[in-house]
Amino acid sequence: MSFNTVTSSFKVTRRRRAPLAEAARVGLIAGAALVAFALIGAYAAMDKRHVVEDLLTLSQIACGLMVFAAGYATARDGRSGPAAALLHGLVAGAVAGACLALLVWLTVSVNLRATLVAASPALARALSLGAPVASTQALAQLPVLGALLAGLGAAVGLLPPAGRHAMTTGLGVVLVAGLFRDVFASMLDNLPDFTGPEIELFGPSGLNPGAAPVLFAAGAAFSLLRRRLTRRAGVPRSGASRLGSALLVAGVLVLPLVTNDFVAQVAMLVALYMLMGMGLNIELGLAGLVDLGFVAFFAVGAYTVALMCSSGPLAVADVSFWLALPVAIVLAACAGLLFGLPVLRVRGDYLAMATLGLGEIIRVLVLSDALGPYLGGSQGIIEIRHPSLFGLELKSPASLYYLALALAAVVAFVSWRLQHAKIGRAWLAMREDEDVAQALGIDPVASKLLAYTIGAAFAGAAGAVFAALIGSVYPHSFQLLVSINVLAILVIGGLGSLPGVLVGAIVLIGLPELLREFGEFRYLFYGIALVAMMHVRAEGLWPAAHARENVQPENAHA
Amino acid sequence: MSKALDVRDLTVAYGQIAAVRGASFTVEPGEIATIIGANGAGKTTILNALCGLRDVRAGTVTLGGEDITHLPPHERVRHGLAQVPEGRRLFGRMSVAENLEIGGYARSDHAAQKHDLDHVLELFPRLRERYRQLAGTLSGGEQQMVAMGRALMAKPRVLLLDEPTMGLAPQIVDLVLDAVRRVNREGVTVLLVEQNAYGALEIADRAFVLESGEITLTGHGLELINHERVRSAYLGHEA
Repeated sequence: MSFNTVTSSFKVTRRRRAPLAEAARVGLIAGAALVAFALIGAYAAMDKRHVVEDLLTLSQIACGLMVFAAGYATARDGRSGPAAALLHGLVAGAVAGACLALLVWLTVSVNLRATLVAASPALARALSLGAPVASTQALAQLPVLGALLAGLGAAVGLLPPAGRHAMTTGLGVVLVAGLFRDVFASMLDNLPDFTGPEIELFGPSGLNPGAAPVLFAAGAAFSLLRRRLTRRAGVPRSGASRLGSALLVAGVLVLPLVTNDFVAQVAMLVALYMLMGMGLNIELGLAGLVDLGFVAFFAVGAYTVALMCSSGPLAVADVSFWLALPVAIVLAACAGLLFGLPVLRVRGDYLAMATLGLGEIIRVLVLSDALGPYLGGSQGIIEIRHPSLFGLELKSPASLYYLALALAAVVAFVSWRLQHAKIGRAWLAMREDEDVAQALGIDPVASKLLAYTIGAAFAGAAGAVFAALIGSVYPHSFQLLVSINVLAILVIGGLGSLPGVLVGAIVLIGLPELLREFGEFRYLFYGIALVAMMHVRAEGLWPAAHARENVQPENAHA
Repeated sequence: MSKALDVRDLTVAYGQIAAVRGASFTVEPGEIATIIGANGAGKTTILNALCGLRDVRAGTVTLGGEDITHLPPHERVRHGLAQVPEGRRLFGRMSVAENLEIGGYARSDHAAQKHDLDHVLELFPRLRERYRQLAGTLSGGEQQMVAMGRALMAKPRVLLLDEPTMGLAPQIVDLVLDAVRRVNREGVTVLLVEQNAYGALEIADRAFVLESGEITLTGHGLELINHERVRSAYLGHEA
């Protein structure tokens, strides 16, 4: 409830400025972003990764995109003619580039390193782009480059929709191919009798320079072709989207087979977070109960499997995973029920605080001396056996991925049925107006406890698979951050939406894992992504049907 | 025959301040009763106490001979009590159909529910046109119809209505009050709380005047319309 209010009431109104001043402002914002990007050390860290072999690094592309976006935004403002818009784009880019040039000049002439560690000679060298460090040429080329890039952005922004779409698609294809080089290269590797193109397309860390324009052209051509085809043949949208979902399902199913173990492991992590996401979706998305202690249920599931399937000294039993899994789910559900009892009367923001505390209690309990002898304290529990199926040990990331995927499919089905059952309606009603829901005959205690119990059961299943995957459990795997991640998945994907959970898990868990270069900056990008989402698409990337209609809920009650 | 609703010495308090002080009144089966009173007299507090949404400090509430004073709100629905809350409070992001459907949440008789749904749509034909529309997108009058329909879907014996005509255009007010009368003619006992005293008194078999948490006058609706004090205080006539 309070969450919806936050996400729906946040709209920024923009003051109208003169177009040129607006361009300068956009340029300054982009410049500030560039400077911040460099000063947090992201530039230097990402400069090591070549997206286009020996030509463009990840940090150059990131900066380039920022400037490009600034130009694009200025042109799309749509208040001036094409020539003026192009000029404004150039101005914005030049301003942004000048900001970066100023940073380079400051870095070499003043010692900033005492406070700004990243303002190092290495940064100045990297930003001089091959010219003598901080020479006039190096400083001058930044605004020029910025103006060119932003001009390009403005030019693309001025194109008719078909052209604009083709350009952005082409650019997107090149970026995706370059960024996820490992995934695609391994896929090409696995294609039998087809080793040629891999050498042509990809170098050791990114795209080959020759391949980039080809991919760009292919992407642009595809976009144009699709546009023409859909327009002429009048292909119904539902048919096209059905084909799209079929392709998606097929892709999900064969993914670990056509790529390598690393990708399979990432996919498995995404599936795990999907499981948890669907659990929290019952609590928060449907019943409107904020839960920041969600990781506790995940921990209960993981520790149950650890205790029941380990050959280590702490094991209480050494049974098959398939026996431990239902026990883990039941125990997690019981934990959910116990968890729900004390916080039943708490609403809104206070609920977030209460659950936060409860979640931490579980972790601290595991670490405590009292439970240390049984749960291993910070040493954790090791030597958990892998599950086996028909005499086949599920050990490889791919096989565990399928395990998690199968569970996720079951949980998704159960969620979907619940959502459309009577109890699902009751949850939605409780979320919107608890008093009225009660007056209509909905038992608030029972429905809330049921939401906690089912959500916890799903998280317990995820925890069980997690323990089987890692082969060991430690208390530090169950920190608050996991709860926050799951929450962020829901917010990014769209509260109450099942496909949203999938999209959120891919965007927040899958992409950062695949883009290792983001490493330490991962949570920074989480933050930026969340703030940006609240501004641009507060309802999530794939919102639930009822949130998609742009209707404000009635807030008439006091 | 037992009273449809019997309220004895009802006291409801917010902290130290009593909003309703020892109010007693009865409603006979098949009647339309109304409570009129100024803003803040305690009308909504009484209705919420009847529904169980407010804790009762003292007194008893009896519904059809059964003491429901300490039942939780969702149990009271099963005993035949339904409320149309003040300001309608629809589930704005659910469709009209879903709002009506959830009104029958406490029931398990599917066939009869289907029949009642048809009946509600007969009572408010407008809702049939708006059936798949989100409740939040409807006009005020239409929303009031949904709110009444939602309560009727619980198949109540006693229907509580909290200011159903608030903020509606005059023709719509007539339409809503007419619907109340029709619902009542089908055997549902109605307790209507209104600031629009004239409209309420016109259709009421029995009326109570609530002042600062106490019931100060009781009588037939038309009787009270002509009562001097009521005329001056609530109907805007010179004394």
